[in-house]
Amino acid sequence: MNPPDDQTLTDTGLPPEGRGRILLIGCGALAREVLDLKAANGWDHLDLHCLPAILHNHPQKIPQAVEAAVTARRADYAEVFVLYADCGTGGLLQAACDRLGVAMLEGPHCYSFFEGNTAFAARDEITAFYLTDFLVRQFDAFVTKPLGLDRHPQLRDMYFGNYTKLVYQAQTEDPDLTEKAKACADFLKLDFERRYTGYGDLETAMRGL
Amino acid sequence: MSDDSDEIILSELDDDELVGQMYDDLYDGLKEEIEEAVNILLARGWTPYDILTKALVGGMTIVGNDFRDGILFVPEVLMAANAMKGGMAILKPLLVETGAPRIGKMVIGTVKGDIHDIGKNLVAMMMEGAGFEVVDLGINNAVESYLGALESEQPDILGMSALLTTTMPYMKVVIDTLKEKGIRDDYIVLVGGAPLNEEFGRAIGADAYCRDAAVAVETAKEFVLRKHNQMAARA
Repeated sequence: MNPPDDQTLTDTGLPPEGRGRILLIGCGALAREVLDLKAANGWDHLDLHCLPAILHNHPQKIPQAVEAAVTARRADYAEVFVLYADCGTGGLLQAACDRLGVAMLEGPHCYSFFEGNTAFAARDEITAFYLTDFLVRQFDAFVTKPLGLDRHPQLRDMYFGNYTKLVYQAQTEDPDLTEKAKACADFLKLDFERRYTGYGDLETAMRGL
Repeated sequence: MSDDSDEIILSELDDDELVGQMYDDLYDGLKEEIEEAVNILLARGWTPYDILTKALVGGMTIVGNDFRDGILFVPEVLMAANAMKGGMAILKPLLVETGAPRIGKMVIGTVKGDIHDIGKNLVAMMMEGAGFEVVDLGINNAVESYLGALESEQPDILGMSALLTTTMPYMKVVIDTLKEKGIRDDYIVLVGGAPLNEEFGRAIGADAYCRDAAVAVETAKEFVLRKHNQMAARA
């Protein structure tokens, strides 16, 4: 199955196909990666339902959205697994998953589990701003427009003045995406670093299902 | 708000009209217009304290309410804050000279491991606008930094901010250290930041979690008043 376009993943998400024993409920920003892993490994027992990726910018809405999706879909599957890390919910997503009796990804956010939670924590780089493949492609929808940098470029320093570098965590080898990530760093006036991560702990977690 | 502000000559407006126009200009984030209006009111004999409270804080209260109600969003609030900052820069030295009333004192900073300061800066500015003296410790503060400032500044309030799930637990480290040293109850501890919630505030032993800058100001006023009343009752 091919994922829908990025704008659809951002605004709408992805409905499940209705096949498979385990339903993955995840962030739309992970759709391509999850479908790629599914296809590459023949994991037909996994079905994917993505919530709108733009929830990334409104983490307070994630627990309720996940809970609603789990409640609505769980009767059709033997098991549900949540493909979100804490993602800025301050522990509320974990609490919701505990209440629902479903497991979720470990770690604070996708930047951490793509790199590997242990390796990411060891870096302790507090002045890095991260982008993944999806976020590079959707930079305008997730950064430029919601932060108002298209309308008020003078706000750049208020948002990014304390950052020193943009780290592009590449899930795939894509020179065009790397160029776009560099342009994002230039736009934010940050140093640029590309770091290939592959799928990290996301793959490990899916392999265990 | 209106798009015809270019045609308005601020100096030709009477006081009420000018304050109303300042509300509009704050809402629209027009820093230069706010600075000009502040200078006009000063020239007309307004006290710095009245300009601050009646014009700037009054205007920012509308901005804060519309942000809370989902009418305005972060970029517009930041533009408004930037405009208010321009006005505050003119008024601050004058407020010191004229001995404006002071409600209390706050030490505020973003916790260790965290470099995010937008919310913290908004709180600091609105607290100053409300008559608090604010000592801003900036970002990435270890417990020693907070302790040092509490000792040297003797504030009524300690404010801590965090934007990350990974850094917000550090607030508990600070509060636990205050408890160990037997000084926790000497201060009102307010916490804030996007991933926090009331339950977290209670769990770590803060006095209150503040959802936004406006709530922080109201909460701070309430706690300081309560503290003063308790002190008066003991006296």
